[in-house]
Amino acid sequence: MTDSNHIQGRIDWITVGFYVLFVGLGWLNIYSAVYSPDAPLSFSDPAFYDSNAGKQLVWIGTSLVLIICVLVLDFRFFESFALFIYLGLLLLLIAVPFLGVTINGSHSWFKFGSATIQPAEFAKTATALLLAKYLNDPLVNLSKFPFQWKAALIIAIPMVLIVASNETGSALVFASFLILLYREGLPGIYPALFIGGIAMFVSALLVKAWIILVVLILSAGILVLFMPIYSQRDPKTYLRLSGGVAAIMTLALLVEWLVNNVLKEHQRNRIRVLIDPGFDPRGLGYQVTQSKIAIGSGGFWGKGFLGGTQTKFDFVPEQSTDMVFCTIGEEHGFVGVMFMILLFLGFLWRLMYLADLQRSRFARAYGFGLVGILFFHFLVNIGMTIGLMPIMGIPLPFFSYGGSSLWSFTILLFIFLKLDSHRSDMLSR
Amino acid sequence: MFNQRRNLIFLFFAIVGLLFIGKLFFIQVVDDTYEKAADNNAIRKIIQIPFRGEVYDRYGKLIVYNTPVYDLYIIPRKAVVKDTNHFCQVFGITKDYFVKTSQQAKTYSRVKPSLFLKHLSKEQFASVQDAMVDFPGFFFETNAFRTYQSRSFSNALGYVAEISPTTLLEQKGDYYRQGDYVGISGIESFYEETLRGQRGIKYRMVNSNGVEKGDYKNGSLNVNPVSGNNLYTSIDLAIQEYADSLMKHKVGSLVAIEPSTGEILAMVSAPSYDASQLTGNNFSTYYQQLALDPMKPLLNRPPSAYYRPGSTFKLVQALVGQQLGFIGPGTVYSHAGSPVKCHGHGPVNLRGAIRVSCNPYFYHAFRKMIYDNTTGDTYERSAQGLQRWSDLVANFGFGRKLGVDLGNEKKGILPNVEYYNSVYKGNKAWKFSNIYSISIGEGEIVVSPLKMANLAAIIANRGWYIPPHVVKGIGLKKVIDPFYKTPVKVGVEAKYFDVVIDGMQDAVNNGTVGPDGKIPDIKMVGKTGTSQNQKGKDHSIFIAFAPRDNPKIAIAVFVENAGFGGTAAAPIASLVVEKYLKRKVDRKSVESKFMQMNYLPNVYSAGGVSRKKVTTDSTKK
Repeated sequence: MTDSNHIQGRIDWITVGFYVLFVGLGWLNIYSAVYSPDAPLSFSDPAFYDSNAGKQLVWIGTSLVLIICVLVLDFRFFESFALFIYLGLLLLLIAVPFLGVTINGSHSWFKFGSATIQPAEFAKTATALLLAKYLNDPLVNLSKFPFQWKAALIIAIPMVLIVASNETGSALVFASFLILLYREGLPGIYPALFIGGIAMFVSALLVKAWIILVVLILSAGILVLFMPIYSQRDPKTYLRLSGGVAAIMTLALLVEWLVNNVLKEHQRNRIRVLIDPGFDPRGLGYQVTQSKIAIGSGGFWGKGFLGGTQTKFDFVPEQSTDMVFCTIGEEHGFVGVMFMILLFLGFLWRLMYLADLQRSRFARAYGFGLVGILFFHFLVNIGMTIGLMPIMGIPLPFFSYGGSSLWSFTILLFIFLKLDSHRSDMLSR
Repeated sequence: MFNQRRNLIFLFFAIVGLLFIGKLFFIQVVDDTYEKAADNNAIRKIIQIPFRGEVYDRYGKLIVYNTPVYDLYIIPRKAVVKDTNHFCQVFGITKDYFVKTSQQAKTYSRVKPSLFLKHLSKEQFASVQDAMVDFPGFFFETNAFRTYQSRSFSNALGYVAEISPTTLLEQKGDYYRQGDYVGISGIESFYEETLRGQRGIKYRMVNSNGVEKGDYKNGSLNVNPVSGNNLYTSIDLAIQEYADSLMKHKVGSLVAIEPSTGEILAMVSAPSYDASQLTGNNFSTYYQQLALDPMKPLLNRPPSAYYRPGSTFKLVQALVGQQLGFIGPGTVYSHAGSPVKCHGHGPVNLRGAIRVSCNPYFYHAFRKMIYDNTTGDTYERSAQGLQRWSDLVANFGFGRKLGVDLGNEKKGILPNVEYYNSVYKGNKAWKFSNIYSISIGEGEIVVSPLKMANLAAIIANRGWYIPPHVVKGIGLKKVIDPFYKTPVKVGVEAKYFDVVIDGMQDAVNNGTVGPDGKIPDIKMVGKTGTSQNQKGKDHSIFIAFAPRDNPKIAIAVFVENAGFGGTAAAPIASLVVEKYLKRKVDRKSVESKFMQMNYLPNVYSAGGVSRKKVTTDSTKK
């Protein structure tokens, strides 16, 4: 149906179906987490609307309003106003340290009545829009350094502002724009270096320095062995190789210094908890330990809807927001989480498929920006509940409890659906 | 241009997805430690201890019941005590205790309840009730104490106390946990499993703050507690208390049995203790003191103390001798040729021998039983004769357990061939001249007071007994082990009892029993005994039954260091018999005389100086 190019305003209902499914399942999980077998709340009970499940229902309702707003706007609005939206968000990010309130130790929220809004959540959308608009210029070639540099600047400014308001987790999300840039022509060496850097960082923390050195020298040796005879005889080869080994080694040694001197105490502890699962299970490691217990106790089939004990009785901190995956793991077991992961991958595939159908580079780049952001949340959020990622305040898109998160993901997604519905109207440049 | 990059990106996504699925498979399906950790977190197992069964006497009078007590618990996280002094004053504790205990509780858990103060009485509980609103984080749980209606009968009842570490380790199964209460001795121990009932288990869900959130799996795993069964004993509490008062200031035992049923009517161990000294908080105060007391008040003497039966054993000799065909009512022996001496009287027949308790008579009779009028190797004949004799005597319950329903029954010693072979180190190493002391109940033979009361019952029944027992009914249906319903025959024909009972009648009327031991309007028959004691004054023994026709009570009384059997044991027995049969005692002077009579050896008042010496016979192994 999406191939019918001549029908205006054609929404991709498969994506909408995914969205409805995710939000619906997410709400059931939140309901299960607050459900008390002693005193079940009925929908008619006003107290229900004070619970997370009741509030989330309100968030879902207001999201529908937002969807309508996004869909009735002219599709050209997003491209035309991308810069203004971006600058507006930057202003908000600058204002938040002065006008914002502190929630859960992070001073990054605006308060309107009883509702709280975190501008950092919306900065992702604004950055994706501006980045897409920038790339829409056919002269922009990401294999050239000046363009790379400008794209990096668009990403870096909000990132720095968010780090300044102590939301390192949200700032890290901006790393996901690497996927957008890669799809739009950034040389593969950049993501390769990024992944390699992370691998080195992790191995520097996990293994001793001399092991890294031995591995490096061994791999250099193997490299030489498979080289053509003539480059084996070239002294420059050896010079470059030893230079490379020395550089990586220096960086590896730097990691430790970085962790000990640059990172803040709580960040350092999150990394310690990650590399040593048994570290301080009642204190710093409490959240990961309890999260793994909740998921692990679900077994193959899970404890059944409303049957979880760990998530229901507050053993997992933040379990309706960032740790909502625990409820799925506990109540629906391995079958449930596998289904959920496959569903999410299917969703990402569908979005990438749609993005590649776009005729305008703006819409395509935005689509991959969306995919990158969603994937990053998926990676970090599920990763941290099972002890593969450090704990940070990264919600699971559409599932986690919270207005800011649900609103921002809804807007992010539906802008793309709006653009997609008009893909035949947009000029391919 | 870069279209193929979508596939690369998705490959990366898929790898991450597979990594997650792999890790999830490991923690959810492969590793089961998380399930246990989750149950530890959220499931609280609550043990509900049921009420222990009550104990009644033969007329339905309550002897032991349960009193609720209150244990104070603290949840440190919720506990706020603004005025520690006030708190300490209300609960009557020191500030040190307060600080120490709340610190311990905090160390254990901030959110789980810890025991703060044990065993507050109903009165204490009521007095602090009003103040409790000022002390959030503290709450009460009810518990129960054994409570005793009477200060009597403590030894046979036994007591209940916290399970010891060794018992905990050696228990079959895993019913008991540390801190559980368990019957330690007497019927509390013997009937532990029926008294304790079945513990209830509740699985409750709790949240991370330790607040209960309802039954786990809707309570399908819960087990309701089942109260312990009540025990209906055969004890006559009035007689028991009366007998107790007579045994004051004495060391010894008194056992009364209803001959037709084997039911124990009274069982006194003297000196005794007040059972309430070993309940709850009192236990720690008194137990050590009682356990170290040289007079061994905790020992239940009737089934476990060792004595030589002395002359009371002559009754057995008379019966066995007749059954084996060596003596008869007309058999007469003089004192001539006997190494054991007697008081001045001429040759006597069997009835007379029992009346005057003639030592030479039973020496001769025993010699005849052993040697069987045959000639040949005296060693061999001695062994054959003793074997024949001991096989028959064993039927009376000597040298083995009668099977009384009290935990600590001792076998006693009935010397037989095997026994002497080991004492004299070899076959044919001994003969009659080595063993004749047992003819008059001295020497190697060792009995418990219970066995002698049972002997009185056997004679009263003319040849059979029902294993003596304290409990005649368990639970609502008042069932009982058929063992305690089945008569045991001793293998002596009823006709042989006539002459023995006649002799016992004479002994009471104008024999060894003094005037204090006679009940004017009741035909009691009995036999005195004097158990030789190398370490002090002899022990006074008397066994009897009454009335002679259709006997209702058989009794054995042992009074240590009281000398001749007729002096102390017989009058005490007669008073108990009179009280039981008439429900009143007319011989007030005799009663008060023996209530006040003090047979405690001087060494006791000297204060445990010769502790070993004085306790020989009660505790001899």
